[in-house]
Amino acid sequence: MPSRRALIGGAAASVAATVLAAPHARAQVQPQVVVVGGGFAGASCARALKQLDRDLAVTLIEPEAAYLACPFSNAVLAGLRGIEAQTFGYDRFGDIGLIRKGAVAFDAGRRRVRLDDGTDIAYARLVLAPGVDLRFDALSGYDEAAAEVMPHAWKAGPQTLLLRDQLTAMPDGGVVILSAPANPFRCPPGPYERASLIAHYLKTSKPRSKLIILDAKDAFSKQRLFEAAWRELYPGLIEWVPLSSGGRVTEVDPATRTLVTEFGSHKADIANVIPPQRAGRIAQSAGVADQTGWCPIDPITFESRLQPAIHVVGDAAIGGAMPKSAFSANAQAKACAAAVAALVRERQPASPKLINTCYSLVAPGYGISIAGVYQPRDGLLAEVEGAGGTSPLEAPLSVRELEAAYAEDWFRTITSEVFG
Amino acid sequence: MTSHDLRSSKDRRGGRSPAPALLAAPVLLAVLAASTPGWADAAPGAAACTGCHGPAALGSAIPSLDGHAAEDIVAQMQAFRSGERKATVMDRIARGYTEEETRAIAEWLAKPEAARHAQP
Ligand SMILES: Cc1cc2nc3c(=O)[nH]c(=O)nc-3n(C[C@H](O)[C@H](O)[C@H](O)COP(=O)(O)OP(=O)(O)OC[C@H]3O[C@@H](n4cnc5c(N)ncnc54)[C@H](O)[C@@H]3O)c2cc1C
Repeated sequence: MPSRRALIGGAAASVAATVLAAPHARAQVQPQVVVVGGGFAGASCARALKQLDRDLAVTLIEPEAAYLACPFSNAVLAGLRGIEAQTFGYDRFGDIGLIRKGAVAFDAGRRRVRLDDGTDIAYARLVLAPGVDLRFDALSGYDEAAAEVMPHAWKAGPQTLLLRDQLTAMPDGGVVILSAPANPFRCPPGPYERASLIAHYLKTSKPRSKLIILDAKDAFSKQRLFEAAWRELYPGLIEWVPLSSGGRVTEVDPATRTLVTEFGSHKADIANVIPPQRAGRIAQSAGVADQTGWCPIDPITFESRLQPAIHVVGDAAIGGAMPKSAFSANAQAKACAAAVAALVRERQPASPKLINTCYSLVAPGYGISIAGVYQPRDGLLAEVEGAGGTSPLEAPLSVRELEAAYAEDWFRTITSEVFG
Repeated sequence: MTSHDLRSSKDRRGGRSPAPALLAAPVLLAVLAASTPGWADAAPGAAACTGCHGPAALGSAIPSLDGHAAEDIVAQMQAFRSGERKATVMDRIARGYTEEETRAIAEWLAKPEAARHAQP
């Protein structure tokens, strides 16, 4: 039996060969849509494209053998969940052509994408969904080597396990410092969910320890809910230092695990540094990212404002009012797929309406959420007024329990929709 | 308010059998079905629902929308919007949709299961 690798390679080679042989005929009969990046955004988009139009040739380019999901990875850190529960394969993608390579360059004029093995693939339209790039040039001293000592754990996988193992090894009475970046960044409530679940671990296993959040912001997502829950569940354990009190980290020293802010320096037993971010590297080299580091898009089609026929979805895109979440990535991907499927058949794309719902766990069995409904307005994705918002500040525990259960089932549902 | 009150309509409706899925607006559906395959006709916003509301077989605490008639979905969304039906998050989401948008989405959601959860 031929190996899966060989089959995939064969399919890719034949796609490339056909395109070279008869680009025009093929473009009319079976338009080729290439999706780069198999995360929540890209995998959703590839799948939706094929569902929308079976006759589209859809290729998904993703170098990793398995996807490690970030939602619920904070529960892995706190020892509440295994990393297996975060791991999803790419073996259930039907007749989507899967290529296990990285994209390295684009020729937007000739509509070709170059892969890391030198292959070129032609596309009628391309969807770029590379997620984020962690900036190792933003905080003095915080480079990739420093992240091996002061983990970011902002991409799930070895970094998650490193931070988990540091927490497990830390003696009782230690100081954990979490540094949170300014907006925009992947998963706005994520650092605070993380702080909550680490606090839960410390409270139950190392009760003399302390957690400090050094924040480059003066406000954060679901703040009132988080702070009320911290007072209730973790009194005295979590200290939040906002920007205006000197929370912004400017420099780190991995040798001494010291974080330097504008107001002073803090020595940590464990330092979780979540650095500033930008669109995935390939977005920068493809010329679809602007000076902010993120990708401006048309809110109806998700087509780049900087390069024709390249659409950007998920964390890499400037989603207007939409936060960078897996939920948003999936919703944007489906809307983008509808637009791309229309455009390749020369039909008018419809204006989309999108939803985001982000759950956070403050403790096991204690969930809170923020939701929003979005639609294009003035060239951006804007929030529909009167809708959305957070869970109520006052609610019985039964509501928090229910939201925690919904959070878990949301994860099960979305991952089964995205990865099959 | 107990967690039971917040549970899905599935619990409340108990043994009620699902209404025929294609009850509403057969003419509209026929026109749409003729133009393009299932998913392509999704009303704006409808595609976002399936991120939470999956196939019934998943057995999620978040109710599946499979087998619900369009009229039923429209009525529940109205009840969420007005606050008549208690919810954790659907009240916040329902307020983002007009009556007309809700109807279009409900009609798409009421299509046979295969049109929404199709595997490629
Ligand atoms: C701790 C934490 C908790 C979170 N919790 C939640 C939550 O509860 N709910 C929620 O909705 N969101 C949550 N998020 C956010 C969520 O993980 C992201 O918003 C989501 O992963 C974005 O999806 P994406 O597809 O845009 O990017 P990614 O998931 O990062 O996927 C990008 C993919 O592209 C691939 N890729 C990159 N470059 C290339 C290239 N050159 N060629 C080919 N492939 C490439 C990568 O290998 C990767 O597989 C959380 C994030 C974190 C860090």
